[in-house]
Amino acid sequence: MAVLELTNISKHFGAIQAVNDVSLSIEAGQVVGLMGDNGAGKSTLVKMIAGNFRPSHGTMHLDGLELILHRPVEARQHGIEIVHQDLALCNNLTSAANVFLGRELRHGFGPFRVLDYRRMYRRAGEIFRELKSETRPRDLVKQMSGGQRQAVAIARTMLSEAKIVLMDEPTASISVRQVTEVLHLIRQLRDRGIAVVLISHRMPDVFAVADRVIVMRRGRKVADKQIAASSPEEVTGLITGAIERV
Amino acid sequence: MAITTDTFDEAIERKQHSWLATILGSQTFWVLIAVILASVFLSFATDSFATTKNLYNITRNVTFVAIIALGMTVVIITGGIDLSVGSVLCLCSMVLAVVMHAGHSIEVGIAASMGTALLIGAFNGILIAYLNFPPFVVTLGMLSIARSLAMVASNNTVVFQFGPDHDKLLALGGGAWFLGIANPVLYMVVLALMTGFVLRWTRFGRYVFAIGDNEHAATLTGVPVRKIKVAVYMISALSAGIAGIIQTGWLGAVTTNIGAGMELQVIAAAVIGGADLAGGVGTAFGAIVGAALIEVIRNSLGLLGINAFWQGAFIGGAIVLAVLFDRIRNFQQSE
Repeated sequence: MAVLELTNISKHFGAIQAVNDVSLSIEAGQVVGLMGDNGAGKSTLVKMIAGNFRPSHGTMHLDGLELILHRPVEARQHGIEIVHQDLALCNNLTSAANVFLGRELRHGFGPFRVLDYRRMYRRAGEIFRELKSETRPRDLVKQMSGGQRQAVAIARTMLSEAKIVLMDEPTASISVRQVTEVLHLIRQLRDRGIAVVLISHRMPDVFAVADRVIVMRRGRKVADKQIAASSPEEVTGLITGAIERV
Repeated sequence: MAITTDTFDEAIERKQHSWLATILGSQTFWVLIAVILASVFLSFATDSFATTKNLYNITRNVTFVAIIALGMTVVIITGGIDLSVGSVLCLCSMVLAVVMHAGHSIEVGIAASMGTALLIGAFNGILIAYLNFPPFVVTLGMLSIARSLAMVASNNTVVFQFGPDHDKLLALGGGAWFLGIANPVLYMVVLALMTGFVLRWTRFGRYVFAIGDNEHAATLTGVPVRKIKVAVYMISALSAGIAGIIQTGWLGAVTTNIGAGMELQVIAAAVIGGADLAGGVGTAFGAIVGAALIEVIRNSLGLLGINAFWQGAFIGGAIVLAVLFDRIRNFQQSE
């Protein structure tokens, strides 16, 4: 069964039709590459799933229940996690503090609750181990490599039982070796049964890790097919418009 | 890449730097060393420094700047600034004085004074957090407004009679209830411990640091950025109000020019103590140490018979020097 199902979703800002009648479904444990040129509507689409925008038309279903989001926090409560392009990390905090940012564990009661450092370090350490990342909970994010920073941002999505993780250009600004690390992290999420939507410009990454590719052009979905049945050449053609639709 | 032979527990316990490296790398530590060295030097170089009376004076003088520097440090950690503290100190002192002069008890006076501080802090904070005013502009405006209100409240007179609880107020600020330590010093120590605790151990403190480093990230991760910002300006104003109450008790009189220019001393203390005006860095202990260094410099120049006109040059030099150490350290790290 599909984890997330979008039916005839449209979004317009005034006269501009950013997303036009898009339907798609994403299954658990599936990595879907969402591709398209700048302005194709992919970030608008993702922002609707993340609760930043409300669709002008159409419906969204999560696990068969209709999903109506007013704020990004609600998306997270429903098990939709986002890894932002800039990762949204605080350099002056430890990796554990970043993982738990906004969701700190505390002990004590009433107004006398204090941060539970022990439990947060331990839980963060467990998540990094599950991700097979060498990031350590007490390390400051300031001194981390791009791959480690990605691991911290991805570890956030594993705090609660995420159903679907949206990743915005996770490999856009890191070195080649670190890209391998990030793709590895994506596979870790998939193996845990989490659906991953990978928004990316980088063809090799999508073909390395995704099960399916969805291509958008000018607000419309122009392709949705298994990676095995497609090719980088075909996807490039779809993105640019050389191939109209498949 | 890191060593892969760590067991799970080792990985959790492992820190990037030993505690010794952390201390040696902190600006606050070196400023503390400077304060201690200066004090030792002055004890030998002058007969008057290491006397009970002078130490009593120094420790007490430190407190007014130090208490406000605690609040200022919290604001600076969020990446903000509060220029209104000197005027808020004046207004809160005046509210206390006028209310008590009118015959109300000390409790009512203090409540009115602190209420005024919180109101001003909330006003600053709401403009900054919800209407996106630059903190510099809002608090610069408040610097002018608060002092003017103090003049209005007192009709620009000196208040030195505080009604039925006159003696209580003077004991509160001028007494020494515990081991001969001046009362203001005790308040400072308690407030510093509270500030340090809040910054280190509460979720609020964690958010203060997060906002200062990356406000956008804090917003995206669900931190209530606006509420926290309002709260830090309320804390800053409250610290100025508390300092004002204590100072009133110590001086025994309130004029409309007390606290003039104090905001710059307070900011200097915070910065010397290691707070970074770019946000994200600062400690309560640093605020105290920074204030102490300024006071020791001021006191020593007097005792050594150096013309008082040199004070500004030495304090300014201390600001630049303290931050210079930090720059050098960052420079080494980035290489």
